[in-house]
Amino acid sequence: MKMNGARIMLECLKKEGVTTVFGYPGGTVINLYDELFNFKEIRHILPRHEQAGTHAADGYARATGRVGVAIATSGPGATNTVTGIATAYMDSIPMVIITGQVPTALIGNDAFQEVDIIGITRPCTKHSFLIRDVKDIALTMKKAFYIARSGRPGPVLVDFPKDVQMSQGEFHYPEEVEIRGYKPNLSGHPRQVEKAVTMILAAKRPVMYVGGGAVLGGASDELTLLARKLTVPVTTTLMGLGAFPESDPLSLGMLGMHGSYCANMAMTNSDLIIAVAARFDDRVTGKLSTFAPHAKIIHIDVDPTSIKKNVRVDLPIVGDVKDVLTKMIVQADKNSEKLAEFSAAVEPWHLEISTWKKKHPIDYVQSTATIKPQFVIQKLRELSDDDAIISTDVGQHQMWTAQFFQFNKPRTLLTSGGLGTMGYGLPAAMGAQAAFPERQVITICGDGGVQMNIQEMATLVQNGLPVKIVILNNNFLGMVRQWQELFFDKRYSSTCMELPIDYIKLADAFGAKGFLATKPEEVEDVIRQGLQHSGPVIMEFKISREEKVLPMVPAGASLNEMVLNA
Amino acid sequence: MHHTQHTLSVIVENDFGVLSRVATLFSGRGFNIDSLSVAPTNEEGLSRITIVTRGDEQVLEQINKQLYKLIDVLKVLDFSDGSALERELALIKVSAEDDSRAEVLRIADIFRAKIIDVTPKSYTIEATGNPNKIDAILELLRPLGLKELVRTGAVAIGRGAKGWNG
Ligand SMILES: Cc1ncc(C[n+]2csc(CCOP(=O)(O)OP(=O)(O)O)c2C)c(N)n1
Repeated sequence: MKMNGARIMLECLKKEGVTTVFGYPGGTVINLYDELFNFKEIRHILPRHEQAGTHAADGYARATGRVGVAIATSGPGATNTVTGIATAYMDSIPMVIITGQVPTALIGNDAFQEVDIIGITRPCTKHSFLIRDVKDIALTMKKAFYIARSGRPGPVLVDFPKDVQMSQGEFHYPEEVEIRGYKPNLSGHPRQVEKAVTMILAAKRPVMYVGGGAVLGGASDELTLLARKLTVPVTTTLMGLGAFPESDPLSLGMLGMHGSYCANMAMTNSDLIIAVAARFDDRVTGKLSTFAPHAKIIHIDVDPTSIKKNVRVDLPIVGDVKDVLTKMIVQADKNSEKLAEFSAAVEPWHLEISTWKKKHPIDYVQSTATIKPQFVIQKLRELSDDDAIISTDVGQHQMWTAQFFQFNKPRTLLTSGGLGTMGYGLPAAMGAQAAFPERQVITICGDGGVQMNIQEMATLVQNGLPVKIVILNNNFLGMVRQWQELFFDKRYSSTCMELPIDYIKLADAFGAKGFLATKPEEVEDVIRQGLQHSGPVIMEFKISREEKVLPMVPAGASLNEMVLNA
Repeated sequence: MHHTQHTLSVIVENDFGVLSRVATLFSGRGFNIDSLSVAPTNEEGLSRITIVTRGDEQVLEQINKQLYKLIDVLKVLDFSDGSALERELALIKVSAEDDSRAEVLRIADIFRAKIIDVTPKSYTIEATGNPNKIDAILELLRPLGLKELVRTGAVAIGRGAKGWNG
């Protein structure tokens, strides 16, 4: 049966199991939208800005593990997606972005709303395609989804000219796809796995350092099993939170710039670091020359470029994290007679760690006069569902969430770690809520970042997406203010928001509901009411304005040089 | 750190935009490109990019891995170990008046270079050879007055009977 290119595109999405897309119409996708009009299998959600649409697709992908899909028109629509694409790229999120393009005959002519979006996004996509012929749509989409989700996942952009959308063609979706230059190495080498387990069993001060790849690779269960079997302490990056239950006694919490004292001390004093799908980002390692000076390093990652990029590695294992960890469990079982001996050998290490834990736990000074942000986060954990999905924006509130919420399940924290994109939290929550209408979805934001995509409240209300927006309002761009306080003699250059906003009225204007707490004793009530309300909600907390995120490893300092209280 | 020159031969899909993907990778990650040349090969749909780059061992390893990570890259051959034959072509326009005319001809002759254009004031020379040889002829011609120089950048092929894919 013949159909036009726009319809073929939708049939491809259907074949890929796509049920929800986030998109914004315009001249070069009007044909695609015309086909969508009667295409009931796909739910289309109209955000109020393409950046938000892209973040929503990203949030959808992070929460579900499936490929998120965003659509935008050519030119300004396409450029508006760039921040969303870069955000997904830095955190390896599987996504397909379909952009309209001017008709092929006009490409290169500076036509109306023409932009070289493939060129613009080349450094922040895993791959991209320009579809030049209606015959190529199906194969291109098959490749796009395959590339987006396999190996180290990432965003793939498909540029889709208007004339190709209008051309007639046949629809045949390929069952399989073969890309000769793309063969991700998924199977961890058995010899390397063997060596890894031998190294672990010989270690006295081992620590597992777990990154976002463990969440993306669906390897939480294997990780948890292996860590418990070996009784090896586990620290995670911001992106790795949820991969290992923080309620477990083996958990050291998050490491790095705002990581726990015990995690950073454990890394610095370790004799063997088992890096599990983490990438030794500078926010994690601190000063590289003094990073983990006594440790041998085993590095498990599906992306060979991550290995030995920043630090020397003694044993690289390239492969899918779930595969490698599964093999390590089998290998550990083969060595079960050595496990008791190993446990005894690492006992002093556990004692040392528990001393660090007790000496400087993640903590704050409670107040009866002003609301402490950390207190709000703790209360949120207490009062929210076990499987609630939390998204954050970027700034102090993000770090407080990471420190105080306690994540025990994978895919329950959605946060922009690599790019650190303000404006991410609200639309990402929107995407997660679209995927899980029945689950509690809460976004924790600062008063700065929430304003970057506040227009999405309209999308929430229109689509019945009951996201709970928590605003920790310090009336500052708090994280930058903190740096100015510590490193720039309190010259608060352009970090005071000055204009107070009435968020209750704002919620009201969008047809949502607003709640406000200004005193500590109101916190619990506001959270209860907010979570109980059936629709989208703003819960605003006026927090102590100059609260700092601590501990802190100043940029460029060694991991063990933490500012603990300042 | 020890920075050595490496010649990489990169076999790529002859796709739209592949050259800019490779170039973006080098510029975006701060890798050096001393020279780059690209053209289709005998195999349907494949092109070969020869890149001369510099870096220590770790940088070279990253370049290698990053290139492989590009979807359009099939194979990266690192010819730094002298396992390959390298050739470059240069077109050199050099001043040649009075006394120096004979000198230019003599130099060209020594390097088995061809004169491909002649005017009363200049010669244009075509020289091919290992990039070091090109450097050498240029060094001799420079004092006579180089008017213009075009180099292709190196291309390289492995020694022996085997093709790159066996
Ligand atoms: C798009 C974008 N612009 C600027 C920054 C730099 N930045 C990082 S944190 C921050 C302050 C965020 O303030 P707010 O949203 O109020 O959160 P808080 O730190 O107060 O919790 C800024 C400006 C950023 N990360 N992203």
